[in-house]
Amino acid sequence: MSNPDPDAERKARNGRSIAIALGLAAFVIIVFVVTIIRLGGNVASRPF
Amino acid sequence: MAREQMTDATFNAAAAPARWQDYLQLMKPRVMSLVVFTALTGLVCADRAMNPILAAVAILCIAVGAGASGALNMWYDADIDAKMRRTRARPVPAGKVKGAEAATLGVTLSLFSVMLMGMALNWLAAGLLAFTIVFYAVVYTMWLKRWTAQNIVIGGLAGALPPVIGWAAATGTAPLDAWLLCAIIFLWTPPHFWALSLYTSEDYAKAGVPMMPVVAGAASTRKQILAYSAVFVASCFAPVVTGLGGLAYTAVTALGGLVFMILAWRVFRSRAGEAPKDRVEGLYDVKAGSKDARNLFAFSILYLAALFAALLAQHALGLP
Repeated sequence: MSNPDPDAERKARNGRSIAIALGLAAFVIIVFVVTIIRLGGNVASRPF
Repeated sequence: MAREQMTDATFNAAAAPARWQDYLQLMKPRVMSLVVFTALTGLVCADRAMNPILAAVAILCIAVGAGASGALNMWYDADIDAKMRRTRARPVPAGKVKGAEAATLGVTLSLFSVMLMGMALNWLAAGLLAFTIVFYAVVYTMWLKRWTAQNIVIGGLAGALPPVIGWAAATGTAPLDAWLLCAIIFLWTPPHFWALSLYTSEDYAKAGVPMMPVVAGAASTRKQILAYSAVFVASCFAPVVTGLGGLAYTAVTALGGLVFMILAWRVFRSRAGEAPKDRVEGLYDVKAGSKDARNLFAFSILYLAALFAALLAQHALGLP
């Protein structure tokens, strides 16, 4: 078994972490925007 | 078990750590782009006014769903992929990504894409997307591919469904016109893949995949390519009959269909798939006898793209 370069390993791990963070952030934003669109103007006219 | 052993062995030999690009590669980005194109065509052809953000989310869900099934395919097929020149550099057989990671990515993205499609658009589109993923990853990859020479004929349904999903996302229904688009891609798949397999059959044979040229021989495959090409080209006229396809689509169908049939006839008359085992340099270099098969393979992609582009332009721009 080979020993990967620690620097390359750290760089690759950082890249993967950033990709996951961006993916999750995009998912949260999409769900928020979709919710607003699906609710439409009904939020403003809901009874209190 | 053999697959796991092979995957672990190749993984242990890996030197380079996995980058995020390797995980993206698991999702077969080139296949995703084709799926996006055909799904978008279905969505636009539905001619339904739609919130552009929801339309974009629908296409994103279909793209991610396609990528998820690609990752599941790469997980399960790592043993086959390692034996074929065309696929041995993929992340799992190359040892960059563990098979279990590919499977996890596939399952996770499948769930996310289907649930988001259901919540943002409708559950018919979500159900069709889920069916497509399961059909590709389970029915085609795990069962048909290693079992029958009809693998890509039946499995082609998974690649043919995206326009129906796009249509369903826009309208909540899947009418006849949507299924005509599905039928066109379904009937396009056999001549497309068999033309490719005529000049890569040695690879498939080595990997033990029962592709048509391996099982039935090159002559039988060439005959079936011609027969499927005739049915496929005829099916391309169906949207003209129902009114889905306009003038541009009719012109593209007629001209492209003529060229398609000429190329299929040339393959039929050629010795493609039977050429002597002369030296082949690059991955996509072709033995002299298989040039006709390569021409049909290349034109089949162009023809399908032109058909869907004509429909897309017609419905997006309101052309006759």
